[in-house]
Amino acid sequence: MTAVEHRPANPAATSADRPIGFGRIQRKEDPRFVRGKGRYVDDIVLPGMLHGAILRSPVAHARLVSVDTTEALAHPKVHAVITGRDLEGLNLAWAPTLSADVQAVLATDKVRFQGQEVAFVVAEDRYAARDALELIDVEYEELPPVIDARRALDPGAPVIRDDLAGRTDNHVFDWEAGDAAETDAVFAAAEVVVAQEVVYPRVHPAPMETCGALADYDPVDGTLTLYETTQAPHAHRTLFAMVAGIPEHKIRVISPDIGGGFGNKVGIYPGYILAVVGSIVTGRPVKWMEDRSENLMSTSFARDYIMRGEIAATREGRILAVRTHVLADHGAFNATAQPTKYPAGFFSIFTGSYDLQAAHCAVTGVYTNKAPGGVAYACSFRVTEAVYLVERMVDVLAAELGMDPAELRLRNFIRPEQFPYRNKTGWEYDSGDYEPAMRKALEMAGYDELRREQAEKRARGELMGIGVSFFTETVGAGPRKHMDILGLGMNDGAEVRVHPTGKAVVRLSVQTQGQGHETTFAQILAEELGIPPEDIDVVHGDTDRTPFGLGTYGSRSTPVSGGAVALAARKVRDKARAIAAAMLETRPEDLEWEKGRWYVQGDPSAGRTIAEIALGAHGTVALPEGVDGNLDAEVTYDPPNLTFPFGAYVCVVDVDRGTGKVRVRRFVAVDDCGTRINPMIIEGQVHGGLADGVGMALMEFIGFDEQGNCLGGSFMDYLIPTAMEVPDWETGHTVTPSPHHPIGAKGIGESATVGSPPAVVNAVVDALAPLGVRHMDMPCTPARVWAAMQGRATPPI
Amino acid sequence: MSQINVRVDGVAYTDDVEPRTLLVHYLREQLGKVGTVIGCDTSNCGACTVHLDGAAVKSCTVLAVQADGGEVTTIEGLAQDGALHPMQKAFHEMHGLQCGFCTPGMIMASVDLLRENPNPSETEIREGIEGNLCRCTGYQNIVRAVQQAAGEMAGSASAREEVR
Repeated sequence: MTAVEHRPANPAATSADRPIGFGRIQRKEDPRFVRGKGRYVDDIVLPGMLHGAILRSPVAHARLVSVDTTEALAHPKVHAVITGRDLEGLNLAWAPTLSADVQAVLATDKVRFQGQEVAFVVAEDRYAARDALELIDVEYEELPPVIDARRALDPGAPVIRDDLAGRTDNHVFDWEAGDAAETDAVFAAAEVVVAQEVVYPRVHPAPMETCGALADYDPVDGTLTLYETTQAPHAHRTLFAMVAGIPEHKIRVISPDIGGGFGNKVGIYPGYILAVVGSIVTGRPVKWMEDRSENLMSTSFARDYIMRGEIAATREGRILAVRTHVLADHGAFNATAQPTKYPAGFFSIFTGSYDLQAAHCAVTGVYTNKAPGGVAYACSFRVTEAVYLVERMVDVLAAELGMDPAELRLRNFIRPEQFPYRNKTGWEYDSGDYEPAMRKALEMAGYDELRREQAEKRARGELMGIGVSFFTETVGAGPRKHMDILGLGMNDGAEVRVHPTGKAVVRLSVQTQGQGHETTFAQILAEELGIPPEDIDVVHGDTDRTPFGLGTYGSRSTPVSGGAVALAARKVRDKARAIAAAMLETRPEDLEWEKGRWYVQGDPSAGRTIAEIALGAHGTVALPEGVDGNLDAEVTYDPPNLTFPFGAYVCVVDVDRGTGKVRVRRFVAVDDCGTRINPMIIEGQVHGGLADGVGMALMEFIGFDEQGNCLGGSFMDYLIPTAMEVPDWETGHTVTPSPHHPIGAKGIGESATVGSPPAVVNAVVDALAPLGVRHMDMPCTPARVWAAMQGRATPPI
Repeated sequence: MSQINVRVDGVAYTDDVEPRTLLVHYLREQLGKVGTVIGCDTSNCGACTVHLDGAAVKSCTVLAVQADGGEVTTIEGLAQDGALHPMQKAFHEMHGLQCGFCTPGMIMASVDLLRENPNPSETEIREGIEGNLCRCTGYQNIVRAVQQAAGEMAGSASAREEVR
């Protein structure tokens, strides 16, 4: 089977029989992965390489009295044991985070969450390194922990961050968007107001490959080569230069094949820094690769937003306004990854897909004795939380009004003629045609028939639920005027080089973690230049070989880097036109482009293919004035706006009345991400995101007990879906291009993770409605659903 | 140290290993067979799945010494004479992988599944790969890949029967 979208043959084009450009082509990445020939960080072995392992705190909050490394250092295979005191001497005990806070690399004064880094052992092999961890003797003086974010700001609450000068409470930030007074006025006059506390619990992206690094410091020429599981290799290089004091041109960050990122691999973790320190101290390469339990307990969590939502409407179902206050649990260090000016990410997109009169949100961030993080797991900078809030609230309103939730949404959509649409918190939605997408999803699901089936089942006492969600995403950060990460503008570069024989290479600043960039970015170039994708090599992940840019997260690769590649290709095409004109002894303006070839207007047989032009550009063709040799171009793309993909999802669940077990029977997902570069890859992205959504809605949960023990610290208790818990996905699409994007494409990768949890929870609540249930918080585990069915308080897990 | 004799992907090895050495680390670090990967520490994820004496095992949960005298096949030994195994080919053609990290274990588990049940239903496939976690694909295209491989392998099996 070759799933290739064939295009009409063009007799004048030399490569007319080959598929070129956008369409359903198979992945260039697969041949190595299906043979076990991928190269992930832990696969890389360097001469003389040592292994590092981290000793972690068993308690959530304690003063560090002493760390005795004597016995560990005496282990015959141990080369170094590094403590917080050692790092203090290097001014490396604390590192800056992506939120302008600091994070302890190794604890010096206190430990502030269970699993925090306390000491680092470097040994001959990974077994010896772990043996030596058990020989380190640490004395802790335990302190009362702050676990419940609702109690973090209580007077007299233990102060977690007493390392910060003058700090007397656990308050991190207050941030708001929208017009509070205007919103209050609309609420005061509204016929109907409903309120609901909606919790998006702490979950974890849990990529199959954990985080790791291999640091190789060469003391002779002062260079550092760092293999890392990073989604943003260039940003890491810059930050390492700032933190470690090694000049940036002496640092090479290589992000090889990455076994999934999902936002877990954006920031810099203590382990990466410790691998570098270990290499500097021992003079040998040092590899650090964390275990799953370390990954779940200490690397970036996601969500943990406690949201009080309110929605105002008319009795006829016209939604007027939404307001919310959010309590954001950021853990012990504010290491949240987001643009500098957005401490709550893009949460202010919580107005959703609806045309409102007013909206306001206020977000308060607090410290607790938990691992840092917040922005991860396909959240698009808190859009998961924003969409979950508004899509749950619309259902709460529908229940209050006794209206069908799909109908209520249809009545309130932003209409197509209103785009570009400026919402009440300042976002300018680029394009959208919401009703056809919604109608398509309802039709695919057979919505009316489902409602009839549900009515019959309810009459028999069976619990069946239908959940609808409709979301607007905001992806592609972003315009440098508004968006930076630690001062680095959120732009991306692309370099295109066409070799003399017409083969090409495109170098990206973004970094795939499975999203198929090696295939789809070749397709963008192919679409623009007519060079077949198989003749294009896509280079990424090596800071020595690629242009600067901010990396892959927030579904920003297609919006930003995709724009850069298209524009670089067009620069090449323009240059090719000038060279072709010289070759054909005519004027550039007399030439017409068809995919892969410039030809003379009115004389299609007189033309030059891109390969012929490439040879000419590198050869002896007399070049026109102002045109230099070779055929290449580079672009740094500053997007004018983000892209706003959208989607309509319908979920059908059956709930076992005796056990509370939820089975997702069907899931229909209609997505619109504008121009579709490779439908096969888009569908795969959607499938994966839907599984995330079902996992979060039903199973996944990082909980804590009162002492701050992490209750989701391994795959024994942090449950992610297997093939058994998810249905066969039913996907569809509409196409509403982004008007400002060079190829009309919007991001898509995170849409399904953003849009699916509210559909699942709405379905569960809908199933439980006959029992008087109006809301329940995720995860909807059997025990929690059963408790909700009895009208009892929700058990912790 | 204990001496073990083991055939891996058709090649005989005699090696000294610590009794506590996990098979997955022996394969990766002593033999350089890094196609088999590690995704967890509690035997849940199946990323390390290989065949030991013809059956799928999670190699993070087997000691290398337990493989003494045995025959191990990893993802790197599945292709014959450069030709992909039908399961490898099907994962590629049905887009059954993205980051590729679960893929080696998923393919090895799926090959074992078809050995036991050459013509599984969709539910049997989902049950059969329940011990293998994937974060990228949402499983659907993996199920499709196993279905395609089952069809292809059944076809080639009946072709072999006819030749006999």
